[in-house]
Amino acid sequence: MSAAETTAPVKVPPARSAPPPTPPVVTGGSTKRLAGATAVPWALLAPCLLILAVVLGYPLVRLVTLSFQEFGQSQLWGFKPAGSVGFANFAAVLGDSEFWTVVVRTIVFAASCVVFTMVIGMAIALLLQKVSGWVKTLVNIALVASWGMPIIVATTVFKWLFDSDYGIFNALLSKLPGVDMIGHNWFASGPEGLAVITLLVVWGAVPFVVITLSAGLTQVPKELEEAARLDGAGAWGVFRYVTLPILKPIIVMLTTLSVIWDMGVFPQVFVMRNGHPEAEFQLLTTYSYDKAFVVNDYAQGSAIALLTVLLLLGVIGVYMRQMLKIGEVE
Amino acid sequence: MSTATVSGPRNTTGRSGPRKSKLGWNLLGLFVFVTAGFPVYWMLNTAFKPAKDAIDPDPSLLPTSITFSNFSRALNIADFWGPVGRSLIVSLTVVVIGIVVGMLAALAISRFAFRGRKVVIVGILAVQMVPLVAMIIPVFLLLNDLGQYDRLSGLVLTYLTFILPFTVWTLRGFIVNIPRELEEAAMVDGCSRTTAFIRVVFPLLAPGMVATSVYGFIQAWNEYLYALMLMSQQNQTATVWLGNFTTKHGTEYAPMMAGSTLMAVPIVVLFLLVQRKMAAGLTAGAVKG
Repeated sequence: MSAAETTAPVKVPPARSAPPPTPPVVTGGSTKRLAGATAVPWALLAPCLLILAVVLGYPLVRLVTLSFQEFGQSQLWGFKPAGSVGFANFAAVLGDSEFWTVVVRTIVFAASCVVFTMVIGMAIALLLQKVSGWVKTLVNIALVASWGMPIIVATTVFKWLFDSDYGIFNALLSKLPGVDMIGHNWFASGPEGLAVITLLVVWGAVPFVVITLSAGLTQVPKELEEAARLDGAGAWGVFRYVTLPILKPIIVMLTTLSVIWDMGVFPQVFVMRNGHPEAEFQLLTTYSYDKAFVVNDYAQGSAIALLTVLLLLGVIGVYMRQMLKIGEVE
Repeated sequence: MSTATVSGPRNTTGRSGPRKSKLGWNLLGLFVFVTAGFPVYWMLNTAFKPAKDAIDPDPSLLPTSITFSNFSRALNIADFWGPVGRSLIVSLTVVVIGIVVGMLAALAISRFAFRGRKVVIVGILAVQMVPLVAMIIPVFLLLNDLGQYDRLSGLVLTYLTFILPFTVWTLRGFIVNIPRELEEAAMVDGCSRTTAFIRVVFPLLAPGMVATSVYGFIQAWNEYLYALMLMSQQNQTATVWLGNFTTKHGTEYAPMMAGSTLMAVPIVVLFLLVQRKMAAGLTAGAVKG
């Protein structure tokens, strides 16, 4: 497959609005044909649903049952049966003040990642509309490179940038007058270390936001902006009352997706801390991992994972509603 | 860095002249370019530096001398081609299964109206939202029960959890962009539903399928957590291989950056080829609503 072929613009009528809602199955008149037509989609879906049931459905059910059981090393190896313990795991987790510290930390961490990602992403998308073509190309190259970088590589590189002895970041900062950061260890304290990890997450997440918002910005009718400007709106007014409302569906989608992703940050923390995040670095994901695979309490680990999913449920609901709306329009 | 870019676009009041204002925006754009591109630049810079220059407390921003020795060192740390081969096998298998099974499903939800369609869509979207980390414990137990722990086939199975929903949803985006009328015209001309699909829709869908495959391949290739948890040291994949540069005795940064380069460059290039199309596919219709 050549590059030209894969990057060719989409060959579809460009300004096509939603297709007329033609009922697709009623082409044949007879009831027999209709019945056949209902079987077809299910037959097409069958392999997909079957695989998902095995690899996703079963583990999901298992996650729930597991969190109501006693399940440690001996149950894993089959020495002891996994007995039901009711809500004991949840009681233990919820009664632990450490858990609540981790919840608050995770929410603060994820919220800062999302806010920074969205604000910086929007600013860059707007900026790209103003710059010359060659600058736009340069920025796009940098963005795609950081977007395409495997997370694990990006994490490794950031670890190197912020190395206490040989990291370029400390060296550059120390060039500023009156600043001496040589040998500063960014990971000596949780808040500073998590700030570095926030930077890493935002750096990796901004490109998707910029590219998606840029695509959205091209769809904002120029006439509307012109009209608003004629009516006396400044740049901020045009953005606030014309651009923002039109982009709202994309923004909702990107924000909810970012929340879901940033609440699930794992390898960045795990690898930055060499596989053993200190207490000050624990997020819900690493905390659940620790409980399961370090303390070998799979049941409590599952309970924490389940609580994380519950915490996310509201956000997931908003995302699904937005996606379904999009699906319906088509 | 954020404040500079945020406050920028608002100050368009100074309409002294288009050329002058463009210069300011361009400078801001170049600042974004440098900031966003710097980590990538620093990775490449370190990878080609002599290892002793990498641990200079006052590193020079520009390359002074270029060497390839970090790369040979990287290739010799543990085994390089083994993990890469395993990653290739796993990613390709996942993509092939995902694209075949996913296309059938995407076709069903985008071209047929049937009872339960909405439930299926909600289901496929919902499973995409469950964080992988939440699933690791039961998946680990499942593979243990199936005798698939520490096996490539087991890893393929687990990767389908995120590749399959993604493939279905993205292909659906590409299919709905192909006008239904084209198929109907072919059917009026005497094609059956199946031949109409093969002759009309399939060729138009091909670029979308290529983009989806490549993107899915990259996702599978980049996965870290399952690869780490479900495979032993001698069966590790490419992403986990990068961990070999950090030992008890410290980290060998220059070879590590060479290893990172080896891993990142092919993926970034692949990514470059499809990203435009993927952004279009992922957001198709998002603004039309």
